[in-house]
Amino acid sequence: MDNLWVRFHTPDGVVQAVRGVSFAVEPGETLGIVGESGSGKTLATQAAFGLAAGARVEGRAVFDRRDLLEMTVRDRREILGSQVGMVFQNPLSSLHPMYRVGWQLSEAIRIHDRSMSRRAAHARVVELLSLVGIPQPERRIDDFPHQFSGGMRQRAMIAMAIALGPALLIADEPTTAVDVTIQAQILQVLKQLKEELGIAIVMITHDLGVIAQLADRVVVLYAGKVMEQGSVRDLFYEHHHPYTEGLLRSLPAAETERGQLVPIEGQPPSPIDPPPGCPFAPRCRYRMDRCVVEQPRLEPVGGHRGHDSACFLPKDRRPSDDRIAVEAAKGDDSG
Amino acid sequence: MIRFLARRIALGVLVMWCVTLVVFLIFYVGPGAGDVARALAGREAPPSTVALIARNLLLDRPWYVQYGHFLSQLLHGNLGYDYYNSESVNTIIAQAFPVTFSLIIGAAPLWLAFGILSGVYSAVRPRSLGDRTFTGVALLFYSTPTFVLGVLLILVLYYELTVHGVSIFPAPGYVPFTQSPLQWARALILPWLALALVLAAAYTRLTRSSMLDVLGEDYVRTARAKGVPERRVIFRHALRAALNPIVTQAGIDIGVLFGGAVITEQVFDLPGLGWVAVHAIQEQDLPVIIGVVVVASAGVVAANLIVDILYAVLDPRVRLH
Repeated sequence: MDNLWVRFHTPDGVVQAVRGVSFAVEPGETLGIVGESGSGKTLATQAAFGLAAGARVEGRAVFDRRDLLEMTVRDRREILGSQVGMVFQNPLSSLHPMYRVGWQLSEAIRIHDRSMSRRAAHARVVELLSLVGIPQPERRIDDFPHQFSGGMRQRAMIAMAIALGPALLIADEPTTAVDVTIQAQILQVLKQLKEELGIAIVMITHDLGVIAQLADRVVVLYAGKVMEQGSVRDLFYEHHHPYTEGLLRSLPAAETERGQLVPIEGQPPSPIDPPPGCPFAPRCRYRMDRCVVEQPRLEPVGGHRGHDSACFLPKDRRPSDDRIAVEAAKGDDSG
Repeated sequence: MIRFLARRIALGVLVMWCVTLVVFLIFYVGPGAGDVARALAGREAPPSTVALIARNLLLDRPWYVQYGHFLSQLLHGNLGYDYYNSESVNTIIAQAFPVTFSLIIGAAPLWLAFGILSGVYSAVRPRSLGDRTFTGVALLFYSTPTFVLGVLLILVLYYELTVHGVSIFPAPGYVPFTQSPLQWARALILPWLALALVLAAAYTRLTRSSMLDVLGEDYVRTARAKGVPERRVIFRHALRAALNPIVTQAGIDIGVLFGGAVITEQVFDLPGLGWVAVHAIQEQDLPVIIGVVVVASAGVVAANLIVDILYAVLDPRVRLH
């Protein structure tokens, strides 16, 4: 993705959902895209493939040296489902309730490979279902989605997405709507695909735990912009951006002094008429005057290649927690 | 699946039984003990006919014996005798039924095709010129009474064209299918059109809203993400899921029409069930009215049963219940 913009024209104004996002996934690599609801993490990927209805998309979205945004609908459709597979958030509603699971999988195959016979497609579907760990696939193939559990439906979705051996799998919050034990199983399946089939994965999530388990590199999105990107190590141990810091502090695993979770106060800015400065500035505890009027650019930070952050304030010049507390107290006195 | 069907059929039988009870109460109990035979005999019937009816229908016995007799006659397929025209009600209905059936069999595909196709188009391109046009046209026909539209069609397509030497459409009337399939269809085109245009409007709106809901569903996005061509996404994936309310509406409409498309049959001079019913009411010909009510109710019940079966065919989740 290169400087991707996604806008929606609504009666209330132009919604700027994605504002100049760039990132790349190498073959075989797993990229995590993190951000809260409305940060544009889903739209950035779906819009590039023409799946976001009503969206105006600008920029470049290059897949295998071809720009998806300049392709004909037909060319893009040929890539979708064969070279790029997608898995969505809600497995309960992502399968068609009125068609058998096996039919839905073999449709995915036969649409792209018309030469494949019904019988061969059937065999391939059985193979796929067993690959993602569905027991007795020969029997389950004729089930309807409502006869599958949530975890099995998500496995079936993954099987559908990888049916034609794609180079890239886009997994959009695949574990959000399933319970914790199923989450672990789904992640296991994805890990297996990554290791055994060498599929590149874009993992969209708001769950940093998922990122830690699966991703090689991470992009942190906020209000439609990239705040920070880098390797998983960089992000977890040498994070630079205050927003990343806030995300990590709000994790249950991250012990703070008081042993409490620290939420990020405030709300993301409105996507209609976003503020001119850093989108995170209103919620940032290190905010400077400059942050409100000028937008920081994504620039290399730290010692590692590929670690970039969009923040004016170098990490070593940030006030410590104690000083912030003191200043906050002062502010209360005077106000 | 079998339990589902069995329950639906049992319910249909129950409804039919209620209908017979209501009909019995209205026509056999309502007029009062002395006047039932008189009412059934029709106007100007001689006393001998009235006495014959009283004897045939066991009118001197208690009401439950009368009802038992009435029900058993119906179960044997005997709808009664029309003393006014000296004809069996079965014969009258057997002559009228094919006319109504012909009307439905031609009009239903027309209005379903108009309604569903325009509704799908409107949903796929909401607020487009086409959507607005369909909506406007739908509203126009929806608010046009059948007798106005029917008369207009006759005036323009039959009268004016014929006067100007282009006689594509024949004068109102009915030609049995068995006599000449071609003339049968020719005679029915205008009534089909009149009925279909009025009914299609509701289907356009229904399909549009149902499709708009379904097009926003996750599984439609899944289909697109698989690379399914858009036309197939719309018809194979979305429309399939959007059909339920359309099937329901079609069941109700067709069921009701089996009681006769009263106005259409009047305007186009088609001697179907609706026509028979209207004339029977004008003549106060009670046995025929009873016959039409029973047959029309059976039509509604049967149509609903078919809708229920279609639900199960369309949606596998229904089969569980």
